[in-house]
Amino acid sequence: MTITAKLTMRDRLQVWLPKLVLSPSLALTLVFVYGFILFTAYLSFTDSRILPSYGWVGWENYVKLFSLRHWEVAVTNMAVFAVLYMAICTAIGLMLAILLDQKIRGEGILRPIYLYPMALSFIVSGTAWKWMLDPGIGLENTMHALGWVNFQFDWIKNRDFAIYTVVLAAVWQTSGFVMAMFLAGLRGIDNDILKAAQIDGASNWNLYRRICIPLLRPAFLSAFVILAHLAIKTYDLVIALTGGGPGRATELPATFMYSYTFTRNQMGIGAASATIMLMTIAAIMIPYLYSELRERR
Amino acid sequence: MAAATQDMVVRTGAVTRTLIYVVLLLFALFYLLPLVVMLVNSVKPLAEITGGNMIAFPDVWTLEPWRKAWSEAQVGVQATGLKPYFWNSIKMVVPAVTISTILGALNGYVLTKWRFRGDTVLFGLMLFACFIPFQIVLIPMARVLGIFGLAGTTWGLVVVHVVYGIGFTTLYYRNYYAAFPSELVRAAQIDGASFFQIFWRILLPSSGPITVVSIIWQFTNIWNDFLFGASFADFSSQPMTVALNNLVQSSTGVKEYNVHFAGAILAALPTLLVYIVAGRYFVRGLMAGSVKG
Amino acid sequence: MAFLEIRNATKSYGSVEVLHDIDIAIEEGEFLVLVGPSGCGKSTLLNMIAGLEEITSGEIRIKDIVMNNVHPSKRNIAMVFQSYALYPNMTVAQNITFGLEMHGIPKPKREKALHEVAALLQIEGLLDRKPGQLSGGQRQRVAMGRALVRNPDVFLFDEPLSNLDAKLRVDMRTEIKKLHQNLGTTIVYVTHDQIEALTLSTRIAVMNNGHVQQLGTSQEIYDRPANLFVATFMGSPAMNLIPVTLAADGGKLLARTAADSPTVSLALPDLMRPALEKFIDQSVILGVRPEALTDVDGADQRAPHLERFSSLVLLSEPAGSDTYVTTRIGGVECTARMRADARVTAQASTDFVINMDRVVFFDPATEVRIA
Repeated sequence: MTITAKLTMRDRLQVWLPKLVLSPSLALTLVFVYGFILFTAYLSFTDSRILPSYGWVGWENYVKLFSLRHWEVAVTNMAVFAVLYMAICTAIGLMLAILLDQKIRGEGILRPIYLYPMALSFIVSGTAWKWMLDPGIGLENTMHALGWVNFQFDWIKNRDFAIYTVVLAAVWQTSGFVMAMFLAGLRGIDNDILKAAQIDGASNWNLYRRICIPLLRPAFLSAFVILAHLAIKTYDLVIALTGGGPGRATELPATFMYSYTFTRNQMGIGAASATIMLMTIAAIMIPYLYSELRERR
Repeated sequence: MAAATQDMVVRTGAVTRTLIYVVLLLFALFYLLPLVVMLVNSVKPLAEITGGNMIAFPDVWTLEPWRKAWSEAQVGVQATGLKPYFWNSIKMVVPAVTISTILGALNGYVLTKWRFRGDTVLFGLMLFACFIPFQIVLIPMARVLGIFGLAGTTWGLVVVHVVYGIGFTTLYYRNYYAAFPSELVRAAQIDGASFFQIFWRILLPSSGPITVVSIIWQFTNIWNDFLFGASFADFSSQPMTVALNNLVQSSTGVKEYNVHFAGAILAALPTLLVYIVAGRYFVRGLMAGSVKG
Repeated sequence: MAFLEIRNATKSYGSVEVLHDIDIAIEEGEFLVLVGPSGCGKSTLLNMIAGLEEITSGEIRIKDIVMNNVHPSKRNIAMVFQSYALYPNMTVAQNITFGLEMHGIPKPKREKALHEVAALLQIEGLLDRKPGQLSGGQRQRVAMGRALVRNPDVFLFDEPLSNLDAKLRVDMRTEIKKLHQNLGTTIVYVTHDQIEALTLSTRIAVMNNGHVQQLGTSQEIYDRPANLFVATFMGSPAMNLIPVTLAADGGKLLARTAADSPTVSLALPDLMRPALEKFIDQSVILGVRPEALTDVDGADQRAPHLERFSSLVLLSEPAGSDTYVTTRIGGVECTARMRADARVTAQASTDFVINMDRVVFFDPATEVRIA
């Protein structure tokens, strides 16, 4: 005699419940992220102007985009900004982390001071720096008032230098975060390794150069990925700090996309620029996420 | 942040040590300067700012700029001050944070304790969504919000922030629950607890820290957002960041720097407070978003 | 119809089969131990019985009901985990009664069951504590209490003692054995520790590479290991395995060690002859437990077939109750278990005795026991 136990309704539900619970989030992501990406990518091949339109124009928008002086400026600015921003953030972050790692009294106060800008909106920090750098009332004016009449600092009004003020504000906002990442990395290094190196007679300089910094590789990688994606997405800061000006001196792809799509009514070109931005980020993020998720299997 | 300091003493000379302190303090000054400048100039009469020293303390202390920024300043068309926009932000942030955190917790639970074939791929898809440049979704999102009648509403923004916040909250809970012993879940299964009972009775009581992290991160991110607010909100639903930008960029009349500074601090205050009160969790959230290990 | 039956059960992950055709049946009240090295599939099998892992093919029945698709909570089983898996946010009392609560048993009944179990395990004083405030041994008891309170058909233990220190492990082992004797419950117990397997079980399933190598009582497994794997895995120090050649010398069958100075020649009991007939003039492996290889005075004098030879002592390790002596026989190092007061000196020759009734033989090609 064999009795085969039957699955009750409740049991059946329990089997499907996990997937059921996950599905709303998944559906949202598939539609609002991947569906939208496909839609925008599609629009970039159409003659959309003020509203989406479905006339297929092939690569025309991309051809136009890359012949636009405006886009060229935005891409060049992006390159300058991204390289400087990432390099300076990493340098300052690493330096501060190493210095803070020297049994510093007051580390508990300094650390939050370095990091707090990260909690602010880019609009707030952009506003603050906008007036700080404004020659009329900011630093320059202050120096003049203090008696240093020849002091000149008008980068924000200068077409050739304005992009560096964006770098300055962005570094101010995120370098503390990079510091925190490196500090966590340093604190995570096995103490026995450091002791062994000291017994081996390594000087402080060599200790960091030969042991610690190589061991911080994962932190460097994470910093690079985070900074790169922040750089490409930079939008609010430019809006608040310079509004893309003077002229187009601080236009970035993100501001370009916004103005072409919503104020210049060139949606096809706007969509093309957004697609290019996505591709750039994907080229960095996908290998990174792939390796991160693979290791955890 | 890791509380453990290295017990190894790195020996440094007195000169080097002094130098280290000098550098560290200079950087502290660099990070503090904009905030101090904003604070100092937000309590000065306008004449003192245009006339003189940005860093000097005010000769005449006044809270007038704050009052003006809050309830009188011309933001956009009407002279309402930032007050209504502050409430817009609150009305947007609270539901968006709540919903995205709940979804993230459930997703993390499923992805770690009820694993199935292909779950990592699904998680990867959700995670990648955190990093896309949001420009790529602006056009279709505007259309979809329009179709559902959510364009220009606070609820529209809530939807947007929930959708693009799920990736992060899921990441937090997934990493946290991955370290939660699976044997407990198995024991509860044998004890006869259902899917939700296991979540509610076993996992959730231990999820305090990560919930704080998730809430703080979402709160900060959504409060500070500008792009979505600028793209999808109208005057009835614009968040604080957009209003602040309008206030600062308005080209009419005299630039009231002191009011702008007061407004900027008002916009920064909630996240700054959260940072001061729960900075530890804020940093954990930042780290989890970068070093996934 | 057995109480718990595993019929042709297999388990695959993707295309990799990790358990092959497992067939085990146990009666009510049996204490089955699944033992084997890590990765042999024993925990997977236990999880399949519990319903925590799906069965790829085959059947698992409890009380003749096919359990393949039954939810763990409805199999009327209880499980004690290696990490104890106590819910950290609940008190001991809540931990023990959680399962009853989930099964909708009313509070007064739960309380009564709780106090019975607590009294049985002597943990009445701990009921209001959280798991974090308990010692390892106390946690172990609470975990057992959580299993006992359900009054299940089958208890499943997943390496429950491996997180305890050596002394506590022995105490808890005794306690589990007592519990089994007093309550007469059916138990399936997973361990990698062969001593636990030998002491606790009514029957043992020795597993390796996803196969059951041998299923039998402690005695059978220890004295008549089915193959070389079981022979070496069970017993400590391990069984001595000596390559020998079988030779017929008149009516006698002899096992001769290979050219090693001096060659040892051992006469086998006549009883073994039929099984070994076809291996005459071939190489086989002789297996002898250390306690069957001993000094002359320590040998069991009533044993009918004692073979005596002398060999060089390489090492002598007094271990309190016994002395372990290492020597070389047939080119391999062998361990002899002698009395504590056996007088042996390293690097000197001494006389050894083998109890030939306790010797087994293996075919070196198939590694299976032939006699």
